[in-house]
Amino acid sequence: MGASVTTAGETVHHRSRRGSRIDPAYLLLTPATLFMLLLFVYPFLYGLLLSFEPEKGGWLSNYRTFFSNDRLWPTILTTLKIAGPATAINLAMAIPLAYRLRVKSRYQKWVTAILVVPITLGVVLIADGMLTYLGPKGWLSQTLQAVHLIEEPVHLTHNYIGVVISLVISGFPFVFLLVLSYITGIDPVLARAAATLGANPWQQFRHVYLPLLSPGLTMAFCLAFVQAFSVYPSAVLLGAPAGPTRVISIAAYEAAFEQYDAPLASCVAMVMGLVQLAVVGAALGLRGLFYRGPVTGGKG
Amino acid sequence: MSGKHSDFDELRLVSVTRTFGGATAPRFAALQDLSLVVRRGEFIALLGPSGCGKSTALNCIAGLLQLSSGGIWLDETRIDVLPPERRGFGMVFQNYALFPHMTVRKNVGFGLRMRGVPPGDIRRRVDHAMSLVQIEGQAEKLPGQLSGGQQQRVAIARAIVIEPPLVLMDEPLSNLDAKLRIETRAEIRRIHRELGRATIYVTHDQDEALSLADRIVVLREGVVQQVAPPHEVYSQPANLHVARFMGYRNVIDFDPVPDARVGQVTLRRQGMSLTGTLRHPVNGGRLFAAIRPDDITIGPAQTFNSLPCGVDYVEYCGRDSMVDVSVPGGVKLHVRTSSPVSPGDRLHLSVPPERVLVYAADA
Repeated sequence: MGASVTTAGETVHHRSRRGSRIDPAYLLLTPATLFMLLLFVYPFLYGLLLSFEPEKGGWLSNYRTFFSNDRLWPTILTTLKIAGPATAINLAMAIPLAYRLRVKSRYQKWVTAILVVPITLGVVLIADGMLTYLGPKGWLSQTLQAVHLIEEPVHLTHNYIGVVISLVISGFPFVFLLVLSYITGIDPVLARAAATLGANPWQQFRHVYLPLLSPGLTMAFCLAFVQAFSVYPSAVLLGAPAGPTRVISIAAYEAAFEQYDAPLASCVAMVMGLVQLAVVGAALGLRGLFYRGPVTGGKG
Repeated sequence: MSGKHSDFDELRLVSVTRTFGGATAPRFAALQDLSLVVRRGEFIALLGPSGCGKSTALNCIAGLLQLSSGGIWLDETRIDVLPPERRGFGMVFQNYALFPHMTVRKNVGFGLRMRGVPPGDIRRRVDHAMSLVQIEGQAEKLPGQLSGGQQQRVAIARAIVIEPPLVLMDEPLSNLDAKLRIETRAEIRRIHRELGRATIYVTHDQDEALSLADRIVVLREGVVQQVAPPHEVYSQPANLHVARFMGYRNVIDFDPVPDARVGQVTLRRQGMSLTGTLRHPVNGGRLFAAIRPDDITIGPAQTFNSLPCGVDYVEYCGRDSMVDVSVPGGVKLHVRTSSPVSPGDRLHLSVPPERVLVYAADA
């Protein structure tokens, strides 16, 4: 986007100069392309086709099973109820923090490093830590009970809340880094110009930063949401996989490794992909309403 | 704040100082003891090379930088304690700083919206400001769709539509090409005449300062060198630095003259001598003569206050030529003349003594 100038007329075709020979530089793409084809495109297509080959019934019978079985289709809503709020919370926390850290200072590097540590931990370690510290017998519960802030042990694990907390912890660094990179890309002189025109700091944020951030925030939402929607270990370790946190990946796992019904499992996976696609599509559609051009203040 | 000070008598800067650095970096003074009184409607140019503190001064006045010491008063109100959004000054930035996501109309009206002006009034005032800078046709465009010159005019409209007591301009023409620069300079002059708002204009270009300003403040490394109307800065620079900056390209050092007095003084060095004018007393040490290339006449005849010379190089400039010459003593000079000369000619230079300005060494 933004002003791009193409020189009229002159486009150089390396390929046509060499006749029908392919530019050898393209061969450098081979490893990555093979990787993509073998480990992503092929399994995906295989799974897609498999979902249309149920053990019995017509080619759509897997999908019919999914949407009629009361242990299957509600997983969509359950997962949305977990992934949506977790992503929203991450965005809501990341924006003010990134805004405060937009100016390069000594603190920026340290605070960023600390906020990004959870990325190194991995989901299972986070889950284990939460069970230990935030469980009913963990130190948080014991401390709060000791100072008589609460009477009963806290219920932050083995339920919906636990899964959301875990998704927030593991997803925050990613969202934060994205939002920080968008915010630092906005020319600070724009906020200064707004200030000279009478905008206080809140108005500067609302009228200058927020509109320019919106496309970036939508992208961050899409990426974070897709990640959160595929939650599995947290839902099992920290949730109640039998009921309240029975997410769609659990349904796929059960179909694949407990019922040994690979076509049904593939079908669940495809539905999961479709839901993610629908949400991302809606978000990108929304993004089309925002200004998406350069975020600097003009020439020079 | 808005409207309350739509007119004022004086903006007073008193010993404004701004230092940078601290615990980890050596302290350096970007601006030292700047004291200045700006009167209503006056056009002040802050002139100097990069790093002289002119932008620092402007940012301090705007409130984008805090003062390290000193104060700024608008009539009886002390304003250096106010944040920029409460000072009400219009500012035009070097790279325009137009809000890229707003149309021209919304950009220009931004300040009025922040002040809570009713929409009808906003529309009327924005239309008026846009017609003043001649940008009406672009009202619904985004800044990215405008040329540099158009963006500049939008930036000016945005600053003046709020009817500020003071307009601040930070090198607004430096990103424009030469022709556009001259045209926009004329625009700024016209707008200043029509609106009569006090303006503080930062530039490193002496032509801009000379053509626009009522008074010029020449800065060097944070210290004021001279505050005077353009003709005075041009023909009577206060010291050697200002002289060099204002185009006195010929600077020749001469032997010290003990007991040199203000007035005419005879300057000597190996191989030549010249009569010059000393304006301020000096404390011994070598003397320096500053001469404008256009004040030197070159010709075949030897006249008063004259030196023989050999022409080294002639640079054709259209209306006249810039000629590089060598004079006795190994000194090289630049002469601007419309007389026909060629490299290798042996001629004579002459210059009126009152145009040979004598100074002490640069601090």
